[in-house]
Amino acid sequence: MSEPLLAVDGLSRSFGKLVGLTRLDLTVEAGGIHAIIGPNGAGKTTFFNLVTGALSPDGGRIRFGGSDIGHLPAYRRTALGICRTFQSIRLFGSMTTLENVLLGLHCRTRGGLLAPLLGVPFRRSPGEVAARERAVAVLEMVGLATKAHQSAVELPYGEQRRLEIARALASAPRLLLLDEPSAGMNPQETLELEALIAQVNRRGVTILLIEHKMSLVMKLSKIVTVLNFGQKIAEAAPAEIQRHPRVIEAYLGS
Amino acid sequence: MLSDHAVSILIFAGIDVIMALSFFLPASAGQLSAGQGGFMALGAYTSAYLTVHHQTPFPLALAAAGLVGGLVGLAVGFPALRLRGLYLVLVTFGFGEMVRVLFLNAPAFGGPAGFAGIPPATTIWYVLGLLVVLVYFFTRVSGSRMGRAFAALRDDEAAAEAMGVNSTYVKLAAFAAGGVIAGLGGGLYAHYTLFIDPEAFGVGRSLFVMLYAVFGGLASFWGAVAGATILSILPELLRWVKDWREILYGLLVLIMMLVRPQGLLDAVLLARLSARGERAAARS
Repeated sequence: MSEPLLAVDGLSRSFGKLVGLTRLDLTVEAGGIHAIIGPNGAGKTTFFNLVTGALSPDGGRIRFGGSDIGHLPAYRRTALGICRTFQSIRLFGSMTTLENVLLGLHCRTRGGLLAPLLGVPFRRSPGEVAARERAVAVLEMVGLATKAHQSAVELPYGEQRRLEIARALASAPRLLLLDEPSAGMNPQETLELEALIAQVNRRGVTILLIEHKMSLVMKLSKIVTVLNFGQKIAEAAPAEIQRHPRVIEAYLGS
Repeated sequence: MLSDHAVSILIFAGIDVIMALSFFLPASAGQLSAGQGGFMALGAYTSAYLTVHHQTPFPLALAAAGLVGGLVGLAVGFPALRLRGLYLVLVTFGFGEMVRVLFLNAPAFGGPAGFAGIPPATTIWYVLGLLVVLVYFFTRVSGSRMGRAFAALRDDEAAAEAMGVNSTYVKLAAFAAGGVIAGLGGGLYAHYTLFIDPEAFGVGRSLFVMLYAVFGGLASFWGAVAGATILSILPELLRWVKDWREILYGLLVLIMMLVRPQGLLDAVLLARLSARGERAAARS
């Protein structure tokens, strides 16, 4: 069997007396959609923060594509191909839809503070022209191309969620971490989101999905990991996970 | 031709604009500095010392002023990596005070008696020339890859990092570039007033620089330009009220901030102005 895309070993992190994650072992195979579910406070978002480098672990290892990334800063991990969306939308408020996506291309483009001073105006420089073409292509994929020049935070809620996905996709991730992408969406928006996630996955992006809507998890994921109180309590195919006694106990109480 | 008095007003207004831009640059990346007066002092004393004691030609001394401002800006940037908002304001404020006290206790630089006998060299053309370069710099950088990274860091630092922005690099670059601009402003100031003392670059200076940029609006560098120009020429226009001048000045600033808390040039006004500009360009 080939090496998994992401492998964490004994990953732990606590917040004072609060336990975030306790010695979590988890592997994500390349190519699939891997769902992570669990009650509130189970450690799902903590796990995302540790993998992306927003938090540093108390202990444990994180391997991505065969190399140890546990000590790399967040921006280096993005460059290696890990990108995320946020549970509560965190778009750049002063920017347009297009500019938000262009920010996602930051690690795929070059040029420092003094670079725009020489040569043609920045907007017409070859790198920026190519970046804008790519950004528009990503916006077309998520269906927001017509809103490229609107203020991002003035988009309807569902479209803001799609824009967050577009912004992350612009960084050309190999692993995309979606943190409750359907939160606050109506059924129609949720269906559109499901199609989008499936489409992104078909293009070769491995997806880690935190989600509360079971319909979405059941339809999309190949494998489901269940967390509770910072620990993995079950891991199986979606059909089995619903019948797992410890999962039922975690959700319904014993 | 302009009278000497008018030229002097323009030179001081120009230096105020330069200083406001030195505050705006790190502010556009979310890094608020209450210590720009400290960088200005470093630039002023560097240039004064080099021209007086080493007979360095003014352009070279001015470049050295910018260089020292930039290097110290880089150093001040490091604590800024861990501090945000009000805490950063306090640390940069402490830096400004530290520089002031340093020069107060440095006999080689005149100490509390000040540094006199600086050769006159700053002309309106030096000030305007630097302003043209800075306006060119800011128009080119805003909307560029790094300009966007600055804005992203100001909007949401964690999200910017998650999208691949190296926040350490951006913050240090912002502080260093702001330090260069303030150092240049200090050099121009020293060779116009011909006498400098540490009190000229204290807290008051740093706060006025901040006020200029905030008054003008932080949505664009044009805000800093407009704010500094208006607020440094305003006292001249208020001469007729005599003793009431400073009270009226404060009152006008207060009213303005109440009416337009986003500053003179907010995002809405800028969008309207640039749309009009584009239409005019399309017609011609």
